[in-house]
Amino acid sequence: MPRFHLDKLRTGDGEEDEYRVREVTGLPAWGRDAALGIVGRALPRVEGPEKVTGRARYAYDVRLPGQIHARVLRSPLPHARVRGVDTRRAVALPGVRAVLSAADAPAMEWYDGSALFDRTVRFEGDEVAAVAADSEDIARDALALIEVDYEPLPFVLTLEEALRPGAPRVRERGNVAGEPKVYRRGDVDAALAGADVVVDEVYTTQTALHNCLEPHGCTATWDGERLTLWDSTQAIFDVREEVAAKLGLPEHRVRVIKQHMGGGFGSKQVAWKHTVIAALLARRAGRPVQLMLDREAENLAAGNRNATRQRVRLGATRAGTLVAIVAQIEQAGGAYMVGGEGSNTASIYQTLYRCANVHTEQVTVYTNTGPAVAFRAPGHVEGAFALESAMDELARALAVDPLELRRRNHATEDQRRGRPYTSPDSLPLCYDRIVEAFGWSRGGRLAADGPRRRGVGVAAHDWGGAGYPPGYAWIKLNADGTAEVVTGTQDIGTGTRTGLTQIAAEELGLPVEQVVLHLGDTGTGVYAPVSSGSATQATIGPAVRAAAAEARRHLLEAAALMLEVSAGDLEIREGRISVAGAPDRALGVADVTRRIAPHMIQGHGARGPNPEGKAVRTFGAQCVEVEVDVETGEVRVLRVVASHDCGRIVNPALVDSQVFGAVTQGVGYALTEERVVDARSGVVLNANLEEYKIPTVADVPAIVHARLDHPDPEANSTGAKGIGEPPLVPTAPAIANAIFDAVGVRLRAVPLSRRRLLDALAGRA
Amino acid sequence: MNELATGRLTVVLPVNGTDYPLALEPRRTLLDALRDDLALTGTKKVCDMGDCGACTVLLEGRAVYACLLLAVDCAGRRVTTIEGLGGDRLDPVQEAFIRTDALQCGFCTPGQILSLRALLDTTGAPSDEEILRAVTGNLCRCGAYVNILRAGRLAAELQAVRGRSAHAALSPR
Repeated sequence: MPRFHLDKLRTGDGEEDEYRVREVTGLPAWGRDAALGIVGRALPRVEGPEKVTGRARYAYDVRLPGQIHARVLRSPLPHARVRGVDTRRAVALPGVRAVLSAADAPAMEWYDGSALFDRTVRFEGDEVAAVAADSEDIARDALALIEVDYEPLPFVLTLEEALRPGAPRVRERGNVAGEPKVYRRGDVDAALAGADVVVDEVYTTQTALHNCLEPHGCTATWDGERLTLWDSTQAIFDVREEVAAKLGLPEHRVRVIKQHMGGGFGSKQVAWKHTVIAALLARRAGRPVQLMLDREAENLAAGNRNATRQRVRLGATRAGTLVAIVAQIEQAGGAYMVGGEGSNTASIYQTLYRCANVHTEQVTVYTNTGPAVAFRAPGHVEGAFALESAMDELARALAVDPLELRRRNHATEDQRRGRPYTSPDSLPLCYDRIVEAFGWSRGGRLAADGPRRRGVGVAAHDWGGAGYPPGYAWIKLNADGTAEVVTGTQDIGTGTRTGLTQIAAEELGLPVEQVVLHLGDTGTGVYAPVSSGSATQATIGPAVRAAAAEARRHLLEAAALMLEVSAGDLEIREGRISVAGAPDRALGVADVTRRIAPHMIQGHGARGPNPEGKAVRTFGAQCVEVEVDVETGEVRVLRVVASHDCGRIVNPALVDSQVFGAVTQGVGYALTEERVVDARSGVVLNANLEEYKIPTVADVPAIVHARLDHPDPEANSTGAKGIGEPPLVPTAPAIANAIFDAVGVRLRAVPLSRRRLLDALAGRA
Repeated sequence: MNELATGRLTVVLPVNGTDYPLALEPRRTLLDALRDDLALTGTKKVCDMGDCGACTVLLEGRAVYACLLLAVDCAGRRVTTIEGLGGDRLDPVQEAFIRTDALQCGFCTPGQILSLRALLDTTGAPSDEEILRAVTGNLCRCGAYVNILRAGRLAAELQAVRGRSAHAALSPR
């Protein structure tokens, strides 16, 4: 069992009268050279057979007896007062079972002070009413029969509009959300004044839409006062907590299940309104209700990556040492702050490079558009586009190789807290890998081929991905020697089931086929946090290993009695327990478990604390080669070489897939993806998969993952860190830098569209 | 108007080798009929307007978007969904997807697999270009494309090997 520690919290000079729990397992970390047999193997995904046969059941696939379908009526206007809602004709429609609107919904507070169906709608897509009916078609028919009396209000759509003096207010208290976030170290004014070279530019990034293929949604069913929700969520325990609080239910009467999820990318990490709406409709209708967003709603009202405007100033010496970094950042948050992992665009400026003088200011602004929510490395993707473009500009101004400039300013500690990194060497190692795999060398730009020019670019990044406590796991050994791992985490499509199964099998000494892992159910699982921040493997992996270690200890104690040796003399491999040095004296795991059955061997594990006084972080870098057609403005990304530090690689095939997928999303973010809002009406013009351009198979460059298998034993007992988000971070700036290399024009706005490129080539700003 | 819309037609839908008699509204799509009337939820609903390919099924052996077809128009026509592939043993395309890790969240996977199945039913040894063309209409937001193309090549190999061994098993020595 974990040991509980009570530590006084130190804050500043004083000690706070609070205590915290630290669960220490006392399990030594697998060393860098540990001989592991299952961890590190490219095993196929354990849920692969379910997914290729269509048996994998997603929230959208739940089919319960008597289940009906729900649809939500959404505001067609970006800002309006709802003077009245008349649902009578909808209620009367045959096949309609329940209707809910501001007129009759229970009072409950949402998103910083609004209501479930608010009397003011603040973006196109804001919830106005909901219908549950015998089919989706009938529900849609019913929505058309609801009459809403809107009083249109003036609106703001962009950062510029929202910050203009006298601008219409999105929220009563104004258009700036909360206080500006200010960070300072050193003296940037003096450092900029003394710098040999200063880059001072403004970069902008677009609003990007997640477009998870499975939309947000939920299937809700009541059994008396017990509510079960099959929710497409990255955070089953957070959804349970919020739904229970909103509905006034005790937590043990709410069960949230999520077995498979058709993509989340951050957007499914908060409890959205539709889950509670489904529960309310199900109670009113007396039937299970499935409420899945349609594609348009998914793109209007289920989150987005915030647009930003960033003024960046970099100061450097002639030798290429950074002396000042200043970033003034505005982010468009949409109409509500919906919570979850915040978008911190400023953070990469504070950490990626060694620099004594740093000043960042970040404000988040309300606009009459759909709310922003975390999107794969939220803030970091936006910040990296600006910082890593500016670094390229600085390298050009200094006539230094951009990769060399990055090496010269390498940071070995988290300068925000003065803590050395547990892996200070991993970013230089990533640089080495990409240089080798890409064949990076400056100069010698490739010859022009008609209107086509080629160029190369590089960008780096850092990210968290350390994982954190708490998080729990149990192991139970069955009579036949098979093992079941129980956690309350989620597999959001990244391969969590597989990675954690490998950890458990490794520690237990069982073949991986004899281990099964259960997750995604608050009713049977033990607490695990939201699957976000690339933290799941590094958070739950150590908890699983701790649970397995305890079960293994009990197993060997039992075997020691049967073999009449000391447990310390036993080893276990491939399901065989043998005496060290005497392999003939052996038992199968099942021999032990059968003999003691129905008594049961169990293990309990907790995620221990992160190391004191050190910082655990992930790093990476990418090189890209592009081909630009100067006549059409077409940019083709020819190849991307990526190297990323995720500590120990638990499963190379799954890590490759994360890298391929993130780079692919990065290509879309860089070149084609952008939510377009009509300036006059406030209506989103491309809330669909035809006009919002995500990459297709034909858009994918050759991607090489130059693996860095670099265990970080100081980080946690498995030495593994996160990989889900980081490979998306450097792709867009690397492409922008390659375009400059190819054609000599600097695009400071993503997407790097044909129009922008042709304008820049023609000398139009 | 609604009475007209909800008037039902009785049709027989042959899906995965079984004839299903169904009373359907004329406006019901093949996709909704499969998912809601037959509970064959392996066929996924993503865009419901022919943009993404997640609902790809085989109609008389051809890959089609089930969201763009009315179910009543499919009466008597052979429909194969992901549940109808394989059997005792996975289809070579399914096996290839697992072996190349050509999926992450898995939501686009049934559609990708059926697009490639349709290709391999007509072209035993497809070129890379043909494989790419076969799945250009199937969006994957996780970005598994690199491995989907690998899966297409491996599936063709697996199918060829199985074909040869089946042939060898049947041929007298």
